[in-house]
Amino acid sequence: MSRKIVVGFDGSDASLRALDFAITRAQAQGDNLLIAHVLEWSPYSFLTPSEVEERHRRRNEELKRAESAILTPVVKRVEDAGIPVATSIRYGHIAETLCRIARDEQAAMIFIGRMGASGFASRIFGSVAATLAQVAPVPVVIVP
Amino acid sequence: MTAFPRPLIPAAAMALAAAPAAAQGIDETVNEVFANSTGWFVSLIFSNFPGTTFPWIVGWLVVAATIFTIYFAFIQFRAFGHAIALVRGDYSDPDDAGEVSHFQALTTALSGTVGLGNIAGVAVAVGIGGPGATFWMILAGLLGMATKFTECTLGVKYRNEYADGTVSGGPMYYMTKGFAARGLPGGKILAVIFAIFCILGSFGGGNMFQANQAHAQIINVMGDYPGWITGLIMAIIVFLVIVGGLKSIASVTEKVVPFMAALYVITALIIIGMNSDMIGTAFRQIFAGAFTNDGVVGGAIGALIQGFRRAAFSNEAGVGSAAIAHSAVRTKDPVTEGFVSLLEPFIDTVVICTMTALVIIITGQLVVDPATGLFVQNEAGTQIQTITGNSGVALTSDAFSSAFGWFRYILVLAVVLFAFSTMISWSYYGLKASTFLFGEGHTKELIFKIIFCLFVVIGAAANLGPIIDFSDAAIFAMSIPNIIALYLLMPIVKAETRSYLDRLKTGRIRKFA
Repeated sequence: MSRKIVVGFDGSDASLRALDFAITRAQAQGDNLLIAHVLEWSPYSFLTPSEVEERHRRRNEELKRAESAILTPVVKRVEDAGIPVATSIRYGHIAETLCRIARDEQAAMIFIGRMGASGFASRIFGSVAATLAQVAPVPVVIVP
Repeated sequence: MTAFPRPLIPAAAMALAAAPAAAQGIDETVNEVFANSTGWFVSLIFSNFPGTTFPWIVGWLVVAATIFTIYFAFIQFRAFGHAIALVRGDYSDPDDAGEVSHFQALTTALSGTVGLGNIAGVAVAVGIGGPGATFWMILAGLLGMATKFTECTLGVKYRNEYADGTVSGGPMYYMTKGFAARGLPGGKILAVIFAIFCILGSFGGGNMFQANQAHAQIINVMGDYPGWITGLIMAIIVFLVIVGGLKSIASVTEKVVPFMAALYVITALIIIGMNSDMIGTAFRQIFAGAFTNDGVVGGAIGALIQGFRRAAFSNEAGVGSAAIAHSAVRTKDPVTEGFVSLLEPFIDTVVICTMTALVIIITGQLVVDPATGLFVQNEAGTQIQTITGNSGVALTSDAFSSAFGWFRYILVLAVVLFAFSTMISWSYYGLKASTFLFGEGHTKELIFKIIFCLFVVIGAAANLGPIIDFSDAAIFAMSIPNIIALYLLMPIVKAETRSYLDRLKTGRIRKFA
């Protein structure tokens, strides 16, 4: 039976490595891929009146840009490898949103790249990889 | 209380202080010209009911708030819990993430209303009307929640959505579109009147009053220097943001203001806690002063007028400004934004304004005659004598710094930031009104923005008296066309509310979180 693998993808080198690794796994096991791009967003941030007015337009622009600049180029690459692929663009907290996608899509695994941030910054802000490892509903593969 | 050293005057002021006489001359001229040219407008708005000393406009707002409260069967209490759930995002569809959330719409609107009305305006109310003014202020805040609910629901329902995804809303739009929908005449005329008053309001309470009181607080701490210098500096920063598109300043302000507001409330609570033995006395003064003559200017009626006036000025319920701010939220049901908006007068007036009033009362800033137990009026008989002789924002500063000497410095920062964020919000409201009147276009918008900046300078240079009169008059004038429209359109809000609450009760509207 074909399983679904969610790949967290933001266009970075680390996320490309995760995608490449996911492609090899999917080829070996006959899985299909869901490439998920999450735009960091908090509904509890503060906006100025003109930002509020333009928000809906900006959101549409951001979605379009993410689609064309980040997802479209790699979708072809996965298709060329002969793997069924779908995409998802969402707003939200990155780790939480990836978990939600995995749950909603009944995915078998989540693949993400590791940004390699260590020390002070990641202690304060936390890292997506570490958070996912703690809270994900499915096994998580963290690709260095 | 220690005297603070004077050499803290900013460099700009030092350079310009070389000719202090000439500089003071500019302030005096500005003040005189301003008072003379706005006097007629102020007297028109604040004329009394025949044979009484009660300004008709205050009655206009309170009667409206009472009618909406009864018409919507105390919606401000019935929907309070649901409003909080909406702000928490319990009912937000995760697929709509990235759009303006209820929380963001609320905080954006709040940063326009939480301003110097909460700090300086309350001090004016308590300074003239005594502790009893607090009672009427809280009552006006609670009633005003129903007014705000009505106007914000309509603001979302009748907003304009453009092809590029931007939205414009506010009283101008519900007056034109809502009246057309109900087959009522005169919507366009009412909208034009509202837009004119809104532009004046954006120059007055949303601008000059803010600049004026920011300057007052700066000189209270730093030492005296001419107001037009503060005005010029603030005008330049406002200019950079609204004309130069310097978004970073605005977004920093938006982020810092909520923390300042929280810090303000917490400090007030600590001061109240430190004087816990005085809490009983303070509330006795508030209740007694609301109904009896305790020596304040105009007696109990004076307390009532001051309380209502400052509450309306602070939370802007019925003024129509919030309807502009709230109209951009993405929601399937306009009434949800109405629910969220009713939290605004609560936070603004019932919480923040009350804190200011309590701190002033509890720290004993108002002078009481020990023989009679009545408050002592100043020589001119215009307000209650305070320990330091200060009024407005300086009185609030005295009250807070009697407990924490350093708080006066925090308060300067809070006052300047509150003033600034309120100015940014009101420049937006005024701009919306001016584009409604004159159409969109780069040059037209630029002219409005430049005039707006000029009024910052005038506001900082003029005296508090004429500024506060004009600011009140302009903001209250907006409520005349707005409340007429609310009366005529309130059945639409009722239908929306009934339909929504029905779906909520039968589970057709469900929680996501």
